[in-house]
Amino acid sequence: MSSAAALAAGESPVAPAGGSASRRRRRGAIWEPSALLFVGPSVLLAVAFLILPMLGSFYYSTRKVSPLSGTSTPRGLDNYTTMLSDPTFLRALLNTALFTVITVPLSMGLGLALAVLMNSVLPWRKVWRTVVYLPLVISGVSVGLIGTFLYNEVIGVVNKLLLALGANGGIPWQSNGFWAFTSVVLVTIWIRVGFSMIIYLAALQAVPGDLYEAASLEGANGWQQFRHITFPLVGPATFFLIIMNVIYSFQVFDTIFVLTNGGPGNSTEVLGTWAYKVAFGPTRDQGYGAAIGVVIFVLTLIFTIVQWRANRNRDVVA
Amino acid sequence: MAVTTSQARAIGRPTERSTTARGPMSRRSRSRVAVVVRVVVSVVVSVIMAFPLWVMVVTAVSGQSVFSSQLDLWPGSFTLSNFARVFQAWPVTAWFSNSVTVTALTTIISVVVSVMAGYGFAKLRFPLKTPLFLLLLSTMMIPTQAILVPQFRLVNAMGLVGTFWAVIIPGAAATFGIFLARQFMLAIPNELIEAAKIDGAGPVRIFWSIVLPLSKPLLAVLTLLSLMYQWNDFLWPLIVLRDPSLYTLPIGLQFLQGQYQTDYGALMAMTLITVGPLVVLFLVFQRWFVQGFATSGIR
Repeated sequence: MSSAAALAAGESPVAPAGGSASRRRRRGAIWEPSALLFVGPSVLLAVAFLILPMLGSFYYSTRKVSPLSGTSTPRGLDNYTTMLSDPTFLRALLNTALFTVITVPLSMGLGLALAVLMNSVLPWRKVWRTVVYLPLVISGVSVGLIGTFLYNEVIGVVNKLLLALGANGGIPWQSNGFWAFTSVVLVTIWIRVGFSMIIYLAALQAVPGDLYEAASLEGANGWQQFRHITFPLVGPATFFLIIMNVIYSFQVFDTIFVLTNGGPGNSTEVLGTWAYKVAFGPTRDQGYGAAIGVVIFVLTLIFTIVQWRANRNRDVVA
Repeated sequence: MAVTTSQARAIGRPTERSTTARGPMSRRSRSRVAVVVRVVVSVVVSVIMAFPLWVMVVTAVSGQSVFSSQLDLWPGSFTLSNFARVFQAWPVTAWFSNSVTVTALTTIISVVVSVMAGYGFAKLRFPLKTPLFLLLLSTMMIPTQAILVPQFRLVNAMGLVGTFWAVIIPGAAATFGIFLARQFMLAIPNELIEAAKIDGAGPVRIFWSIVLPLSKPLLAVLTLLSLMYQWNDFLWPLIVLRDPSLYTLPIGLQFLQGQYQTDYGALMAMTLITVGPLVVLFLVFQRWFVQGFATSGIR
């Protein structure tokens, strides 16, 4: 190992010659048969368990699948037209959009604020950071279950806390649609804020300190420094986070499945939970379930492309 | 960037005089006040963030007092009776060892596959390299819910439903690790590999004795991310593990939610068993976890 490193170091004076030689070889059509061994398994797994099933979803979304035998017959685009007259699907679509529009900016805004805080002069920084990150590693099922205890209307900790603080009645977290939705949003922000903070903190640590020094000498106050130095410089992190967080929110399942199971009524139903219930619940309509899956995929795809293009244009303008 | 600085300067000018008039002493005391304010904010944030976990632990190790109208945020009497009740009634030990088995096997397979693919895409020459890579990249956008039905039919046709392999094999197809691995291995100097070739080492030997020893940080990050992902995985195991004796912890936990309803002493004990190992792992390897989240965007 060390001899190889020394050899590499010794070679560096003649790097131009070596570089051009390897470039010439790379341009040639020589290929290494061992690539099959190294790359083959990953391509095989991805094709078998991701790409073919995705194509399969498009296929089954045009079929009627028998719940018992699993055999399928053509159904054309009926599964898609069904959606337009399925009130639960429409509600799930609306809820998914609302959930995304609310949780993404909130968790990112809080994440950025916490990152700025943790990037400043702060004693015991490691402790605070660890506490904010901790919910990230906890499973959605556990989070949902803890949520059902916190928000239980009768014996839940949150309502007891509110009463102890002098509120004259608990909040109907489970029987009222609005409050159930709020509880789902709060729990999601609890587990997601650490992720935005990690990404923003990494971005902040790359901002050169003398920028702030210069601005501060010029008399810029804290908000002005944030607005004109910090915020523009974490732009790439913001772009990355919008994509990752929107994809997460679009596909949310575990937490909502356990915390509210879409209820009360269908006030917290989202596309993820509805697709599962349709395909694997009592109705077991797998054709329709596949069609909802296709909708989730297409929406994710469209969003990613739009966001990607918008960001590229912004970079060109700037 | 130059524009930004000049903007800041233009805006900052009016307040400049007042800052200098206060002098260095008051500025120092002002910064001390700022530190105190920051600590206070940090404490408040940390209390809020830790509160749900604290409630879980307290409820799990206390007697069955959750039905009282009183707010208990401190364990009145320490007891393990909640754990005993759950362990006696349900095969929790089996679920735990199922989780360990499934997580370990999936992690081993997916890390090996990812690291090998990462090396291939970073350092080897072969036809269709870029299109294949883009194909794998695009699979990261496929949501689990979008492929549930065909994946289930496939695994069912393979006769795997009702076995651990129904979780392990599709689970090993997680492609995010390939990108982390490729990114990392692009940074390994080509000269090292060329030198080994001149010494007569074949591709497998180069991978084993040069690339892998240099990839320890990568292996650490991949292993931890995969452990976390598989330990917590819920939707797919929920569909393919039908037999309660095969349940992993998250599936068992969701099953017990139906059994215990509002007996939160038992439920929080079970939750603690589920999250405990990962929390410990995170506290020990926080640096690697954070690096993994930051570079992969996975969580």
